[in-house]
Formats: sequence, structure tokens, C-alpha cells
Amino acid sequence: MRIFVTDQNGIEHELEALEGWRVMEVIRDWGLNIKAECGGSCACATCHIFVDPEWQERLNPPTDEEEDMLDSVPDYEANSRLSCQILMREDLDGLRVRLADSARQDEAA
Amino acid sequence: MSGNEIVTDVVIIGAGPVGLFAVFELGLVDLKCHVIDILDRPGGQCAELYPEKPIYDIPAFPEISGQGLTDNLMKQIAPFGAEFHFSQMVTNVERLDDGAFRVTTDADEVFVAKAIVVAAGGGSFQPKRPPVDNVEAYEGKSVFYAVRKMEDFRDQDIVIVGGGDSALDWTLNLQPLARSLTLVHRRDQFRGHADSVNKMRALVEEGKINFITGQLARLEGEDGQLSEVVFKTAGGEIGVPATRLLPFFGLTMKLGPVADWGLDLHDNALIKVDTEKFETSVPGIFAIGDINWYPGKLKLILSGFHEGALMAQAAKRIVHPDQKVIFQYTTSSTNLQKKLGVA
Repeated sequence: MRIFVTDQNGIEHELEALEGWRVMEVIRDWGLNIKAECGGSCACATCHIFVDPEWQERLNPPTDEEEDMLDSVPDYEANSRLSCQILMREDLDGLRVRLADSARQDEAA
Repeated sequence: MSGNEIVTDVVIIGAGPVGLFAVFELGLVDLKCHVIDILDRPGGQCAELYPEKPIYDIPAFPEISGQGLTDNLMKQIAPFGAEFHFSQMVTNVERLDDGAFRVTTDADEVFVAKAIVVAAGGGSFQPKRPPVDNVEAYEGKSVFYAVRKMEDFRDQDIVIVGGGDSALDWTLNLQPLARSLTLVHRRDQFRGHADSVNKMRALVEEGKINFITGQLARLEGEDGQLSEVVFKTAGGEIGVPATRLLPFFGLTMKLGPVADWGLDLHDNALIKVDTEKFETSVPGIFAIGDINWYPGKLKLILSGFHEGALMAQAAKRIVHPDQKVIFQYTTSSTNLQKKLGVA
């Protein structure tokens, strides 16, 4: 299974994904720029992604809890999702997403 | 300021679970601590991000909430009388001639300590910034992330953005003194208290405030003074005349001033430590919990607890180099039980 993730600099990465992993975990494991500060408990909104409109309908819709957390992304768009709330499964093979600026892990430098 | 210095054994930066447990381990070896945190209460991430969420990997607690863990730790460390300094951030750390450290906060409190423990997690909690051009130029002049003095908002055209309790509470509190007030949120649903939502909706019906469903697009103004805030809405762009903007998107952690203290960092984001003492590249400054890095590091609360225990042994040798450190158990040592107030 693969997912395609465009980072905050506009570069697309093809990442191998495993069934049952959260999309956030796949992105973090491959070392892309994602903060995910609460570690996947839907409590911080710093794993914010934009889902390719072609894929949006194929995902489970956000829960009320995810909708509430999406209130605290400053750069919300209609295709905003939290990547910790999307579990990888066979029919999401090829999923395309883009990392939001608000998911950026800031660096000291 | 030198007359007001607080002199202590150890300053702990961060009152999250790991910083709190460090008070316990340092207390067992008779070190007095002062704890500084940017939040207004103990608990760090556990209290700020997920107070109600259950945690399942704390040894001997099959399930405990972030707030429950914090409350238990506060009870466990109570015998050691650590002093807490909330709502302030450590801005500066300097080494004095005698080897001690001077620690200064943004509230101008000054501490002198022989050792420092950085237990700051992901850094200090800061408000999330809206992604609009040039917002920095307006911050502190007409864009604010908190209301310090309500008078600064009297007779102003206020725009509040957000859908949680901060946005709703300040909408209700500032409406009576505002010249105009507009609340903007991405959807017509609010996650704040039902009572506040009802009061806000009543004000909209009475025509006392405006509500817009939309997203911040850009700011208009000059020299830090706002004149208009423009929003993207389903029906196109809407400009709202504004002299004050309050964005409430919650908090996120930033490494902040820690980066400037001369400590060796890993990936520019985490503090490198050894795994014997959890000491940084600067002797006398330790780092424990999520903010540190060493080969094999796992960001788990239980790792931070372990790191605190080893750190305390090393800190003791720095603060009292002349004293022998005797390793003892709380189950059998009358000496330790006296410190805990149970013997």
C-alpha cells in the first residue's frame, strides 16, 4: 500500500503504508514535517492535512470529536482532516494528501 | 533585581507529569525545588491538551485521565513543599562565577540554583497564529491572543474568531463595551458550553452582535493598527471594519527560548542528553521527558519518570558534592518515610 503526501514545500513523497496504521503515523515514520504533538489522540489538530478532493468521499466522514478539533486549525479548508483519524486500509491504497502549514514542526534554527 | 532573587537547590522548568515527578525524586535526596510553567496550573500537556482522555500505559494504572494523573502527582509530591511559579516563561539562563545558574522569567522573577532540570515537553504553550500575511506586525497593537485589560477593548470594533469557550466567553464579556462586535467561525456549530452558545445566539437575534460563517483571509491596516479584517465565506469575501482582532485557535507548543541556552540539540528541536545522568552538554543542566533525545528515546511518560530518578542522583552530587548519596527504598527506609511524612 502506498500514499502520496505533498509536504509544506510542495514536494510530493510516495510513502509505503501499512494496514491499520494512522496516516499521521505513516507520515511521521517517514520523517516528513508533521508535529502531531498529542500523539494521535485527536486533541491538538497539529497533524492537519488537506485531502485530495477525489479521495475525500472515500474516507469515513469525520467524527464529532474530529470536527470539534478542526475548529482549532487556523488554516481550515473544506477538505481539511486530521491525519491521526484516518486508518489505512486496502481501498485507501494510493491516497493523496497535502500537509498543512499548521502541521509544521517548528525548528529552533 | 538582585535583592529579590530566589535562591534554591534546583529549578525545574515545566510542571507536566515528568517535571512534577522530578520534585519527588529530588525531594527524596533532600533537594528543594522551584517549578516554573507557562500555563496557569500544573499538568502540562496532560492538563492542557487532554485532561479528560484516558491514558493506558502508566504502570499500575490500567486507566487514568490526564487530569487524574496530574492530581495524583500533586498529592504524591506534596510532602516536599516545592514552590510553583505559573503563567511565566523562562527567558534566560546564565552561569555565575561560582558555578550556579541565574534563571530569569518573562515575569521578571529571578532564581539562583545549583542545577536546572528542563522538563518542558514540546516547549512552551503559545497561541496558534492565524496564517495571514503580516499578522506579526499587528500583534500586541491590535491583534491579541488573550484579553489582559478589558478597558483596551472599550469602544472598539472587535472581531473574535473561533468556536470554543474562549471565543464565546470573550464575545459575551466584551459585547457590552464594544462599539461593534463580530464573531466569526468556520461553521455554525460551537463546541463551547451550551449556555454560552445560547446567550451568544440571543445577542445575534437582538442585533447586538454579528455572526459570520467563514475563514480569515487577510488583514488591512497600517503601522500595526487594523482597519478591516477580510473573511472568505461561502458567498465570497466579506470585509468587516475592525480595530481589534482576537483569534482563538487554541495553543500549541514551541521550543522557544530553550534553543538559545547553548545546549547541544538533536535535529534542532530536542535537547541531547546522556543516559546515565540525563545531563545536557552543559554540566548542571539536565533535560528529562519529551524534550530530550538519546539513542532509542521513546516519548512516554514512564520514560520521563525513569529519567527523573537517575537525574536526581546526579543532581544531588552537584548540589552537595560533599555528601554521600545512599541508595534507599521507600518501603524500608525510615529516613525516606520521614521525608514523606508517613513515619
